[in-house]
Amino acid sequence: MDLNYLISFIYAVIVAGTPLLLATLGEIITQKAGNLNLGVEGMMYIGVASGFAVAYYTKNPIFFILAAILSGALAAFLYALLTVTLKANQTVTGLALSIFGTGFANFVGETITNTSPTRTAVLDGKLMSYFKPINIPLLSDLPILGRLLFQYNIFVYLAVLIALVTGYFLFNDIRGLNLRAVGENAAAADASGIDVFKYKYLAICFGGALSGLAGAYISVITAGGTWTANSVSGLGWISVALVIFAGWNPYKAIFGSAIFGALRVLRFYLPRQSFNLPNSLYGALPFLVTALVIIFTSIFNSKEIQQPAGCGVNYDREER
Amino acid sequence: MEKEQLNGLNAIELKGINKSFGSVVANKNIDLTVRKGEILALLGENGSGKTTLMNMLSGIYRPDSGSVFVYGQEVHIYTPQDALNLGIGMIHQHYKLVDNLSAAENIVLGTKTKKQSMSQLAKNIEQLSLHFGLNIDPNKKIYDMSVSEKQTVEIVKVLYRGAKILVLDEPTAVLTPQESKKLFAIITKMKEEGNSIIIITHKLNEVMEVSDRVSVLRKGECVATVETKKSSAEQLTELMVGRAVDLSIERPETFKSDPVLEIVRLGVRNDEGVEMLKDVNFDLRSGEILGVAGVAGSGQKELCEALAGLQKVEKGAILYYKENIVGRTPDEIIRLGISMSFVPEDRLGMGLVASMGMTDNMLLKTYKQSRGGFVKRSPARLKAKALIERLDIITPGTETPVSKLSGGNVQKVLLGREIESQPNVLITAYPVRGLDINSAYTIYDLLNEQKMKGVAILFIGEDLDVLLELCDRIMVLYDGQVQDILQADQVTKEQIGLLMTGQKPRELKEVR
Repeated sequence: MDLNYLISFIYAVIVAGTPLLLATLGEIITQKAGNLNLGVEGMMYIGVASGFAVAYYTKNPIFFILAAILSGALAAFLYALLTVTLKANQTVTGLALSIFGTGFANFVGETITNTSPTRTAVLDGKLMSYFKPINIPLLSDLPILGRLLFQYNIFVYLAVLIALVTGYFLFNDIRGLNLRAVGENAAAADASGIDVFKYKYLAICFGGALSGLAGAYISVITAGGTWTANSVSGLGWISVALVIFAGWNPYKAIFGSAIFGALRVLRFYLPRQSFNLPNSLYGALPFLVTALVIIFTSIFNSKEIQQPAGCGVNYDREER
Repeated sequence: MEKEQLNGLNAIELKGINKSFGSVVANKNIDLTVRKGEILALLGENGSGKTTLMNMLSGIYRPDSGSVFVYGQEVHIYTPQDALNLGIGMIHQHYKLVDNLSAAENIVLGTKTKKQSMSQLAKNIEQLSLHFGLNIDPNKKIYDMSVSEKQTVEIVKVLYRGAKILVLDEPTAVLTPQESKKLFAIITKMKEEGNSIIIITHKLNEVMEVSDRVSVLRKGECVATVETKKSSAEQLTELMVGRAVDLSIERPETFKSDPVLEIVRLGVRNDEGVEMLKDVNFDLRSGEILGVAGVAGSGQKELCEALAGLQKVEKGAILYYKENIVGRTPDEIIRLGISMSFVPEDRLGMGLVASMGMTDNMLLKTYKQSRGGFVKRSPARLKAKALIERLDIITPGTETPVSKLSGGNVQKVLLGREIESQPNVLITAYPVRGLDINSAYTIYDLLNEQKMKGVAILFIGEDLDVLLELCDRIMVLYDGQVQDILQADQVTKEQIGLLMTGQKPRELKEVR
């Protein structure tokens, strides 16, 4: 296989893996607080729609990013309100959020396209230019390395940075320790003087913010600034699976999202003549891999790599 | 300076504390004082409101009314953090530790300390432990620890937060006599340094041994506070129960026939492949109670589960009337008449379905006998009602989820159901754990009644006093091996205690 082909494959993998990484990091933090939020898909859609709408009308890149992040966080806040404060079932609430988010995005998207004279909605070119692959003089022009490391859009670097920061936070900061305690055993964390509710709310909203940011990515990078229906198309669900694949570890999530990104673009890079598989099979690959991972983790049953013990269980201090 | 000011003040004063859960009144107008530098025992039966009261001190619950004074100042404790800030640390009966974190991580959890290196932290912890004669490995994970080690972590954890007032909820429930002695030495030292300690318990010998004063709760009310020295076990029991109680346990003589159950060279490995039972030999005769003593985790659980067919047996045989039952399913074993009322540490874990009512729990063992595809509830309901009558089970009704009942009542439901099936062999583990005196004696009476009927009973226990009085023979397990099987009326508590820690019977004889 020739080198250029390989490089462009890796490039495509990273570009495809970035939204997965963002959403996965958010869900890792959420689950570390003991909440299983299955609304990732929905929160991403909400991020896509809010970001797109704001970008379409204001043409301002800052407002665009903020709208995506804040709308994701707001959706997560509602989830937190329902599960943490009102103690609703986490699974059901998360699923409802996913369904709601999908519908919300369709509603917003159709409203915009229907009111547009051309029946399509395309974002302002100047705004889009902010999210082009970056160009650092010298570095970006390096042979091979330039293309491999210094020619991505801004989100890619941001996502890796966030991964490193959340990883450091979780494993090296006392607040990260507190967060892990909340997710493992909320009663123990509470008795240790940790404000369980604050940690849960903040972690869940952080998770939503990252899902929203992943939504922003999808609207300008994956969909290229044109309104596309069903643009998230299961990325949120893959992210939930990636959390398990990465073993709740933000560092491993970087590699995990690259692998799952590869599974998503594989179909474009495998030569047709030798691998003539149906497209839907490629689409199923990430989920097949996840199923295998779950089987293997349960066979080896490590005490260190486990879903936080309190995940899915709502905490009530006065419960007897 | 500050210390002198505090002199003469009470560490804690509770005035007119009330707390209800729905229609259940847990604490009624309680007044309680704890002096500086004393050990106050909080004595009371199960459900008398001891833990509820202390949970209000530690910020888990809030009182409905009443006031709390700490060192003379009125305070409002809304969260555990508030309690810790006031220097109140509580060691809960069910330890509040995060299993997959290390001891040091658990200790530092939630503190406002700026980030410090783990080695510095370990050093601090070591110093603190050394001072009080505690012994912990800061880097050991909680899931690798024994119960006694976990308790030590809990103690260091509250000390690390600078607690001056320590609340211990049933601290000795899972400790060996030797470990309890050590714990008492530690809290006595804390007391001598001016700290105040509240110890919740219903073990009278401990109250007499360690406390300065005793406050007795009964049905949510504080009925008396007395100086320990001026009191007696009999007086305290009377205060606690509300009437005089005979504290001796009967050991009726029965005719003991041939062995019902013979265990031959039994070997069991757990899921991780660790050998939990090694070459275990003993027999169980009808009309006898065979007690099993041992430190928690010595193989008691595996023994029970192997007998009940829940655990895969690697080696050896279990003979029931000379017939090997190894490899039979639990269902087949139940039909042979071996009934296991096994109560793991978590009482509702294996014995009963917590969210079901008594009727449905009764059905679990009998539904297979009913014909046709439908379950008949009414006979089970009648049985449940009969049990409520007979064992004085306090419950709103037969359909109330058993998780809503108090520990003693759950235990009665469990044991009652097993007895209802008229077994030949009864296996019961920790049947009185956490129970008050009244309920415990009801359970002992039930067991004796079964023994008189000729049932062979295996009694896994933890209170050595009880084992010595109730059982005919006592088998001591250590590290999955049978140390010795002794006639209960011919040994002392200390001898059993030593066997439990792994000393060989021969060494023992030399000591004697």
